[in-house]
Amino acid sequence: MSAAEEVVTEAPAVEAVPKRAMTLGLGTSLVVLAALVIAPVFVKNFIIFQMTMLLIYGLAVLALNILTGGSGQFSLGQSAFYAVGAYTSAILMEHVGMNYALTLPIAGIICFAFGFVFGQPALRLSGVYLALATFALAVAMPQLLKLGFFEHWTGGVQGLVVTKPDAPFGLPMSQDMWLYYFTLVITIGIYIASVNLLRSRSGRAFMAIRDNEIAASAMGVDVALYKTLAFGVSAGITGVAGGLGAIAVQFVAPDGYTITLAISLFLGMVVGGVGWLPGSIVGSAFIIFVPNIAEGISKGLSGAVFGVLLFLVIFLVPHGARQVAIVAQQMLGKLKKN
Amino acid sequence: MLSTLRTAAFSAAVAAIAFTPGNALAQKKYDTGASDTEIKIGNIIPYSGPASAYGLIGKTEEAYFKMINDKGGINGRKINFVSYDDAYSPPKAVEQVRKLVESDEVLVVFNPLGTPSNTAIQKYLNSKKIPQLFVATGATKWNDPKGFPWTMGWQPSYQSEAQIYAKYLLKEKPDAKIAILYQNDDFGKDYLKGTKDGLGAKASSMIIMEESYEVSEPTIDSHIVKIKAANPDVLLIYATPKFGAQTIKKTAELGWKPLQIMTNVSASVGAVMQPAGFDNSQGVLSAAYAKDAADAQWKSDPGMMKWSEFMDKYMPGADRTDSALVYGYGAAQTLAKVLEMCGDDLTRANVMKQAASLKDFTPDTLLPGVKINTSATDFAPISQLQMQRFKGEKWELFGEIISGDVATH
Repeated sequence: MSAAEEVVTEAPAVEAVPKRAMTLGLGTSLVVLAALVIAPVFVKNFIIFQMTMLLIYGLAVLALNILTGGSGQFSLGQSAFYAVGAYTSAILMEHVGMNYALTLPIAGIICFAFGFVFGQPALRLSGVYLALATFALAVAMPQLLKLGFFEHWTGGVQGLVVTKPDAPFGLPMSQDMWLYYFTLVITIGIYIASVNLLRSRSGRAFMAIRDNEIAASAMGVDVALYKTLAFGVSAGITGVAGGLGAIAVQFVAPDGYTITLAISLFLGMVVGGVGWLPGSIVGSAFIIFVPNIAEGISKGLSGAVFGVLLFLVIFLVPHGARQVAIVAQQMLGKLKKN
Repeated sequence: MLSTLRTAAFSAAVAAIAFTPGNALAQKKYDTGASDTEIKIGNIIPYSGPASAYGLIGKTEEAYFKMINDKGGINGRKINFVSYDDAYSPPKAVEQVRKLVESDEVLVVFNPLGTPSNTAIQKYLNSKKIPQLFVATGATKWNDPKGFPWTMGWQPSYQSEAQIYAKYLLKEKPDAKIAILYQNDDFGKDYLKGTKDGLGAKASSMIIMEESYEVSEPTIDSHIVKIKAANPDVLLIYATPKFGAQTIKKTAELGWKPLQIMTNVSASVGAVMQPAGFDNSQGVLSAAYAKDAADAQWKSDPGMMKWSEFMDKYMPGADRTDSALVYGYGAAQTLAKVLEMCGDDLTRANVMKQAASLKDFTPDTLLPGVKINTSATDFAPISQLQMQRFKGEKWELFGEIISGDVATH
């Protein structure tokens, strides 16, 4: 099998992905977009809510994908950025009374700054060491949110209840559906921006660092700047996702943003295909729906079933959704030739 | 307009059921989730994640309803118990509860566990007018019939337990010098408030010290030393099990013998008293509302014999010293009672109405004398506890059953 051969010959680090292979073709993109736009009209509010969460986690996975797939840095600390974004939105909405839409760019900017600052010490670390440093961030975050010092704003362990926005301009649409389209627009915007970022000069610098740091710096790439920049961008997008998540779930509490979330996002990235941006949505679907499927198979052993399913995916399609997409494309190509 | 008709029908139905069992005069009424043959009950509980030990409560409840179904169901209807895993994560709890309500279309959400998860779903369920019945958390805020008429607690709240300690101290040791050690979170603060409310005007003179610790601290020895320096003669320990054990051990090491009162949360023999050392634990006080399955004195108790029979048949192999088994049984029995009282009027409004009309109901697993009472203004089903003293290797109950009703507003 070609898949097996690829595994054997592949370098253990993040695999180099040519930038054209990072996105979908225009036709496929439009089909996916049409499906995402039309689907909510036909389903229940609960499904719309799940689709909203799918987009939100998709954004968070995308952010990690830019960091890992783009610049080759690992992070197990995405849940911390997600939490900061969620709390920023929740606090601004509930304590300051700000419009929900305005809180998102602020969440993004704060998280960008947070990520950029965190990226500074992270510069000295690489590979598994960096992963551990970010892991520490994820472990610390829920406890920081519980601190009595911040309690007036964060609500401590009790968390904060967030009011869900109604559709504006009297649109005849449920809160869930409005929030879905709102999220969809933001997701598409960030997706296009991310694709363009990776195609730009900065994106090429990210990838040069990923493929060979020394060569990149010899070519004149400011390695320190671009590594921290990648951290900042990734954290910023994760923060926006966190803010959207707070609005959709209508509640923030420290227990929602534990290390489990960071690992889920990491998992989503691997399952979707590292470095393949459209895979983010597939990875997001995996982390939302597969635990539910596992639970349906066995309640007591849901964790074990989930493990088996994950193992099967990694074993059969080690490159995740990207590999499936490539195989599908090849088969289509053959069909056309015949 | 319907509601007045409905109320009339309720009273008729309740009266009919109360006086002539099996009378079919009452009109059949259903909301989503109930029918002639089935009542659909939803539940979320952590089966995975950090709090997965509580998953056993969900399994016990499932087994209990299986037993009910084997016996013919409730008023001829089978219980369909749908329980999902929320992994103790509020976002997951919202997703799973919405699935229960909008996809599975359950009649009520029963015994969802954890303060964060319940806070996350409370607004949603109340806006949809779906009962969030008998939540599995000790926070006091669930008893708020005005603000959240569709949410009801079950177990005694932390505040009512603390009030019971205050009442005990006022009676037995009115000149006590009290020091309070509490965990700096909602759990500890609820206890602190309950104690102060219970002591009333005497709180400021009796409490000589309030010392808090963070759950992230590795040890609380320094706090104990600090408290001892103030020389109180009563130490109230509002700590989670690990810190509870540390406190008992440290006071003994210091050769200090105040009267120690331990929260019910950390009254476990296996998890607290034994690690702290049985010698050190002698004379520690606490309060309880349920029977301890590991305690030999309930061997021939009719209620616990029924529980034991249930365990044999429906949950063979489970570790019987786990208090989750007693808890789940009692909660499920309370719901079964409410559904029975609903008769043929299985609307969500009637479920809440009946849940708020429990009078002196006693599940098999509660201590003799502890009774469940609710009303339109009291959404705290269990608010009685009995004091207990640690002697030998187990708790000995003493004194009367004490009430500590607390309303949120």
